[in-house]
Amino acid sequence: MKIGVVTFPGSLDDVDARRAVTFGGNEAVALWHGDHDLQGVDAVVLPGGFSYGDYLRCGAISRFAPVMTEVIEAAAKGMPVLGICNGFQILCESHLLPGALIRNDHRKFNCVDQRLRIERVDTPWTSAYTAGQEVTIVLKNGEGGYVADEATLDMLEGEGRVVARYLDDNPNGSLRDIAGISNERGNVVGLMPHPEHAVEALCGPGTDGLGFFTSLAAATFA
Amino acid sequence: MSETQQAPRTSTLDTVAVASGDPERDQPWADLGLKADEYATIRTILGRRPTSSELAMYSVMWSEHCSYKSSKVHLKQFGEVPQETPIGKMLAGIGENAGVIDIGQGYAVSFKVESHNHPSYVEPYQGAATGVGGIVRDILAMGARPVAVMDPLRFGPLDAPDTHRVLPGIVAGVGGYGNCLGLANIGGEVVFDETYAGNPLVNALGLGVLRHEDLHLAKAAGEGNLVILYGARTGGDGIGGVSILASETFESTGPAKRPSVQVGDPFMEKLLIECTLELFAAGVVNGIQDLGGAGLSCATSELASAGDGGMHCNLDQVPLRDSTLAPEEILMSESQERMMAVVEPDHVEEFLAICAKWEVEAAVIGEVTTTGRLEIDWHGERIVDVPPASVAHDGPTYHRPYARPAWQDALQADTAEALPRPTTGEELAATLRTLVASPNLCDKSWVTDQYDRYVRGNTVLSQPEDGGMIRIDDETNLGVALSTDCNGRFAKLDPYVGAQLAFVESYRNVSTVGATPMAMSDCLNFGSPEDPDVMWQFAEACRGLKDACLELGIPVTGGNVSLYNQTGETAILPTPVVAILGVIQDVTRRTPSGFQAGGERVFLLGETREELSGSEWAHVIHQHLGGLPPRIDLAAERALSTLLVEASSDSVVTSAHDLSDGGLAHALAESSFRNGIGVSVALEGDPFVALFSESAARAIVTVTTDNADRLVALAEKHGVAITPLGQTGGDTISVEGQFEVPVAELRAAWSATLPDALGR
Repeated sequence: MKIGVVTFPGSLDDVDARRAVTFGGNEAVALWHGDHDLQGVDAVVLPGGFSYGDYLRCGAISRFAPVMTEVIEAAAKGMPVLGICNGFQILCESHLLPGALIRNDHRKFNCVDQRLRIERVDTPWTSAYTAGQEVTIVLKNGEGGYVADEATLDMLEGEGRVVARYLDDNPNGSLRDIAGISNERGNVVGLMPHPEHAVEALCGPGTDGLGFFTSLAAATFA
Repeated sequence: MSETQQAPRTSTLDTVAVASGDPERDQPWADLGLKADEYATIRTILGRRPTSSELAMYSVMWSEHCSYKSSKVHLKQFGEVPQETPIGKMLAGIGENAGVIDIGQGYAVSFKVESHNHPSYVEPYQGAATGVGGIVRDILAMGARPVAVMDPLRFGPLDAPDTHRVLPGIVAGVGGYGNCLGLANIGGEVVFDETYAGNPLVNALGLGVLRHEDLHLAKAAGEGNLVILYGARTGGDGIGGVSILASETFESTGPAKRPSVQVGDPFMEKLLIECTLELFAAGVVNGIQDLGGAGLSCATSELASAGDGGMHCNLDQVPLRDSTLAPEEILMSESQERMMAVVEPDHVEEFLAICAKWEVEAAVIGEVTTTGRLEIDWHGERIVDVPPASVAHDGPTYHRPYARPAWQDALQADTAEALPRPTTGEELAATLRTLVASPNLCDKSWVTDQYDRYVRGNTVLSQPEDGGMIRIDDETNLGVALSTDCNGRFAKLDPYVGAQLAFVESYRNVSTVGATPMAMSDCLNFGSPEDPDVMWQFAEACRGLKDACLELGIPVTGGNVSLYNQTGETAILPTPVVAILGVIQDVTRRTPSGFQAGGERVFLLGETREELSGSEWAHVIHQHLGGLPPRIDLAAERALSTLLVEASSDSVVTSAHDLSDGGLAHALAESSFRNGIGVSVALEGDPFVALFSESAARAIVTVTTDNADRLVALAEKHGVAITPLGQTGGDTISVEGQFEVPVAELRAAWSATLPDALGR
């Protein structure tokens, strides 16, 4: 499958995401924020980084990038979209996902090998995992605290839309230890940790992140 | 593209014509940091008094920071070191923005360390942030993609109140800027000593990668080629920062100097990096220079003097953030995130289009000439007309007096070997517990977890490994390793030997992870050059480094000098930070520092002598500094290095860890902590000396039982002493007949120190 990775001004992990897509057996396509063009891709990754320097609010400016018009349209029709870290923030700012990411409760940027539990596995990004599977992937952010009102949190839990939850100590103050969520349909997934940094043992904490990039090849989601 | 300028202040404009017609006007040369004889020299060069713009340029370019006027007579000796490595000649060396070495397979790397000490004391976050920004632009200007940074940091005591202001700000600044650029932070140092209390050290190392053909140099050649300034707009930040902040120490009675510190915008720098790399790839850049200290004064004079010798600029074309800036201020401004390129007229359109794609502002501000003069106009009137080399390179050279300090003999006579020592097993265990939790030896992840070490997916090793390692090519697995080191206490006891000990520790660290040492950069942090004691320390350190480079065949790729690091009369410990870069052919063969499995044999490589002066033990337990530092043996270092690299590439060893601060005891503890695997050892001779001496040229290695004979044979082949210590396994660190301490207990003490002091 062809998976597009969008580069915004200030995107950093776009290189890593393209490599991870390739490692997952898919073809990586570089997409440019300024183009109204998804180049016929089957799925889109919004990568990590500091798009627009996190100025105003994380993701608040990128949400208005030309390419986001097409991304939002395609997502509504069911195209798989994965937002990682800054990508998750952009998905929240775009209202493709509910809630928001705020500054870590300890007020510091934090880069650690984080244990997670994968909870929703019927999405095009997580079908390679088993429900309840515990994995270790990289977490690195300054504004990773997931917040939403109680009703939204209850809805996410009730509809089984919590994709991943932090294990051990909560690393950033996220409510209900939420590390990732999905939309109702499951095609749009936002994840604060970075699975693209855990796809080869040589340069990361193992290969537990690879499942996010093999799921698409393994299953067909129309 | 420049915004409309305000009407020029012609009534007060000091033009060349005005200067010629009004030769005796009083000028504020002293306030700008110039000495009377320097001002007289400028008048001689120009044959008239300088205009105020020219005075601004000379004052910043002839400051200590830019001209190296106190240090250059000593730095000259690095020219004696052959500029080549076993792989080939250096592609760029001292004098360029950063050195470039060939690492084979058509690749080259650029690396350099710089200081940003004084600004980081005044405004910790921005001082540290712009330190990272500056070194990254130096690397970028060589044509390299910046890929990694390292930050050697030094602070006052951990429990000093001001450390709690300075440290969190500096760490957040290093992280805030570097993380936003997408550069992996792969190591560095965090050291505490009371001499840094009023003068922290913030050194930043940048590493970049390029193909040989992508090398770019800073020169303005080709008459009629255009000079383009691109990046951030020029504002009032950092005006005079170079000459004022770097040339004098902080006077508590002086005016507030906060406005002189530059403010960084890492997002703009990220755009500048991607934009510049695309400009290089498009082949539209003839010469390039980053704007750092001394801003436009430096870029115009250095580019012009390195090229065809002439340049003409219209200063009113510089895009401004503050339209009220005077020309003198524009020339001195140290606004960050700016670059200057020399571009052929036919390429200007494409150049500007690439800048527009990245939303980076660019303006044509001048052209290359063959007049031999740097001529700068302001709304049509000539305000600068100087020989560019006189600004860039003909600054004063000082032969500062230096002499071995009167106190040096007494210091060396007061040895730590004479101090009371632990004698029982229980006392030895208590010493180990205290040392692992001491500020210099404790877990630094409170600091390093604020840095992104994973971005770009090529980080093979990072802190707390002995060296950072980056994969350069994921087909061939070619990589480089880097380490920065310095023990300032050793340098205080004997600056010649201390500088060499910094050199060999870095050299050994790079070898320990499996890379062959190739080249050195350094950042020489010292007190006031006006103090003959300090100047002697500096001279001795330079001589020590040069001799080590010559002996071990390591070229110097360039570096940085930071002087006036002192509080009142008290200078910092002499701190010549050394960065050695090594090359590893196959990064999958790298050697980690942590024990990998139980049941493996542990060996000590190298000889242990009774060397406790300047040690972490003397510092922590007795607050003592005196005696002679550990003996230096460059031949032994070379033999150990060769052995470690061979053992790595032949996969003989499963782990290796350099012995330095805290000696064997601390190395065993750190190797245990990494994967929670214990170790039991039996020691020959005095157990205290065996555990806590800091003799150089040593490492511990582990091997599987069936590889022990291969290791012993390898040690014999290279003439390295080898001693069996014991084996890995269990969940304690035990020394036969002395003590047994749970790894978890020691690890908890080691991890708690920084969070307890600084908060979660």
